[in-house]
Amino acid sequence: MSKSGKPSSITRRSFLLGSAAIAGGVVFGYYKYKQAPLNPLIKGAKDKAVLTPYIMLDQRGITIIVPRAEMGQGVHTSLAAMVAEELDVAWQDIKVEHGPASSAYFNGAVLEDGLPFESTDNSVMANTLRDFVHVPGKFIGMQITGGSSSTADAFDKMRLAGAAARDVLLCVAAKRTGDDKEKLSTSQGYVIRENGEKIAYVALAFDAQAFELPSKPVLKDKSQWQLLGKSLPRVDMVEKCTGTATFGLDVRLPNMRYATVKMNPHLGGKMLSFDATTAEKMPGVEKIIPIDGRGVAVIASNTWYALKAANAIEFDWGKADYPSDSAGMFSAVAACFTQQHLDSELKDKGDVASAISAISQAGDTVVEGQYRVPYLAHATMEPMNATALLSDNKLEIWAGNQIPTQVIKEAQAITGLAAENISLHTPYLGGGFGRRLEMDFVQYAILVAKALPGTPVKVTWSREEDTTHDAYRPLAMARFKGVVSDGVPKVFDLQLACPSVVESQMGRIGMNIPGPDVTIVQGAWDQPYNIENYRVRGYRVPALLPVSSWRSVGASQNGFFHESAMDELAVKAGVDPLAMRLKLISDEPSRQVLQAVAKMSNWGRTLPQGHGLGLAFTISFGVPSAQVIEVADTPSGIKIIKVYAAVDLGTALDPRNIQAQVMSGINFGLAAAIMGEITVKEGQIEQTNFHNYGSLRFNQAPEIEVNILENGDKIRGIGEPGTPPAAPALANAIFAAKGKRIRELPLHKKITFV
Amino acid sequence: MDIKVNGVTHQVDVDQDMPLLWVLRDELAINGPKFGCGVAMCGACTVHINGAPVRSCSLPVGQVFGDITTIEGIGTPEAMHLVQQAWVDHQVAQCGYCQPGQIMSAVALLENNSAPDDLAIDAAMSGNICRCGTYPRIRAAIKSAAQSMQKQQGSES
Repeated sequence: MSKSGKPSSITRRSFLLGSAAIAGGVVFGYYKYKQAPLNPLIKGAKDKAVLTPYIMLDQRGITIIVPRAEMGQGVHTSLAAMVAEELDVAWQDIKVEHGPASSAYFNGAVLEDGLPFESTDNSVMANTLRDFVHVPGKFIGMQITGGSSSTADAFDKMRLAGAAARDVLLCVAAKRTGDDKEKLSTSQGYVIRENGEKIAYVALAFDAQAFELPSKPVLKDKSQWQLLGKSLPRVDMVEKCTGTATFGLDVRLPNMRYATVKMNPHLGGKMLSFDATTAEKMPGVEKIIPIDGRGVAVIASNTWYALKAANAIEFDWGKADYPSDSAGMFSAVAACFTQQHLDSELKDKGDVASAISAISQAGDTVVEGQYRVPYLAHATMEPMNATALLSDNKLEIWAGNQIPTQVIKEAQAITGLAAENISLHTPYLGGGFGRRLEMDFVQYAILVAKALPGTPVKVTWSREEDTTHDAYRPLAMARFKGVVSDGVPKVFDLQLACPSVVESQMGRIGMNIPGPDVTIVQGAWDQPYNIENYRVRGYRVPALLPVSSWRSVGASQNGFFHESAMDELAVKAGVDPLAMRLKLISDEPSRQVLQAVAKMSNWGRTLPQGHGLGLAFTISFGVPSAQVIEVADTPSGIKIIKVYAAVDLGTALDPRNIQAQVMSGINFGLAAAIMGEITVKEGQIEQTNFHNYGSLRFNQAPEIEVNILENGDKIRGIGEPGTPPAAPALANAIFAAKGKRIRELPLHKKITFV
Repeated sequence: MDIKVNGVTHQVDVDQDMPLLWVLRDELAINGPKFGCGVAMCGACTVHINGAPVRSCSLPVGQVFGDITTIEGIGTPEAMHLVQQAWVDHQVAQCGYCQPGQIMSAVALLENNSAPDDLAIDAAMSGNICRCGTYPRIRAAIKSAAQSMQKQQGSES
């Protein structure tokens, strides 16, 4: 194909992965899966040369499409570098765009984490099924940013795209010059002839569109990488430091109107009636319309006029169908530790029940505890917002979102338009953390646009609306029983109960995923400890508040439960928590991250009076992640002295950015651990803004040291794995400093922080 | 009423009690100052008035008492302020939404105190929230910028 440079008129319409990720043995849908998805860039690309769905060239240069949301994790930089590495272009010469919504940009890797296999399980069965989930991933065609999956999903796809495009450019140059293709080379966006003559890619690109892409382009060996493995300047950095980056809130269109929404604070409840008599007469107000039977939108000439008028509307709200306060909700959770609510028992090694009765009769130490964590809000810095324009049977949407293909589906359902008449722009996201996987803020903008055909409207939520109308990290409870014998844990039995994130999240987009929800036990059932009798059960609590993915999902609470319990066992056993873990863990990358943090923190050293070191380890999204936190018990409260962190990513692409993500994940976890709490009173969320929904501030943020290891066998993503160990490492450090065991988050309810 | 932003005088016709932030954003299409909380709790909207940092979300436009500078007024992608350059050197921003406010607070700090210690940095920066937790790099960038400023002042004197 490519070798002969056979021209073809249809090739650029599609792009087939060279060696598709799928292994042998999977028959269902294989043929269909092997068909290449359509290249969405072809539509309307008259003055651009489109080489793959990821690469466009025009007179202005090379544009790399990174079809994942840039929400701070640096994905527009690290994924673009994959293409740039293989295409062989200068880093400073590329432009990066998010591109359109398209199933061609499906994420296959995101589903891997929902499988009932531990990430350390490398059996044929586990790996086959991991590959297999890329098939439904492709059928669903879900373009999604989440699950720390972007890097792993793109690593082959986007390098292959760069390599294939480079190969085709060489074919064109060979044909044009009459040179033997093997004698041509490339450098920094040019094809180089043997005589040193340079031909710019841009000059070859339009002809290249007529050539078929090679089916198996050859990728560079890691030792030849020029960009990958290096700390690159982020493509979005200068914009973000000069106020010129465009977030959803910054979208401006001619004749645009500004709106806000006020929805029922009893989440899911109906709006029985509303009185906008006063609001309608307020300055700048143009229109007030009901939204979805559950609230209203106020449309005005300025966002502030809309916000002010929304507060002047009187509502009669219908109640929600969940318990009216937090105590009632925790009672609902506590009632679910029963066979009837058992959702999974993915870890069941040995015989926990008989071991407990046998060993405890023999006089060994039994450790028991009950833990709990509250609901949490995402609290992205940029409040929810979206802009939409409906005119001439076409809908255009601007929304910082994490699932573009789902936005198109929602828009179709609301407007009845065909998908080809709907376009979506995804600007930068002012924080995501899982919140922008939700569709509510996009739906409201489309509904408002529908009421004002021909006029673009930006719908911005107040911070109060954002905090009180989230889909939250679920509240959760854990019951733990352990037995230690001769300094070794013999029994570890963890029971976890919480509402199902998958059920809630998928339910809102009309999907029903059968089977257990692995997120209920994520970060607990899949830990690499070899304990003789080891059981982790998940109990599904019937739906309460809407819940969703919150940075590290189930591992955000289960890391705290599991690693606090491990610490309790070590204390009861009278052994060092690090030595105990090292004894129980045989997975080499996991051992190495533990040893790394031990070395960094000089574990075992003599500490100043009142200081304590806490250790925690959680493998999440396939990343072994260990942290040691040093605290000091001071007269004005607990002070975090320093955090030491080590992670293993298999292959580390951009060390400086990985370090940033780990620091970010830790600070996000510490904020939740210390002060994060969403509570319910009289059916409504009590917290409204940053004064009562706390976030870590500058003076509270500790020094953080990060070590990146590469012992794992697969490349992994790092948006989330920094978060889970932060809370237990802090709680364990507080125990080490003060002898006070805190089994409930947020910690500030039980102890004062500086 | 007239307001002067980044050296340019604009005539605006809005309620006197409209917060400055919404005048800048929705009336003048100046996007640098961000809306985060609306109650002066997060600092994303920070601008300077006569050089002092102000939370523009909570200052009625009718009470604006001087010339306004936004992030757009301190530097551009082609000619960055040295604080912005320090931010880029340390690759501070992640989602980046809070960073215009962070930078405006840092610039105001350094203009008053060219060698701030950690406590002074804490005091000046604790009104600005960053949910991505970029604080360690913000601290490092402020220290670098302070050094650059001292060098610049040294070479000028």
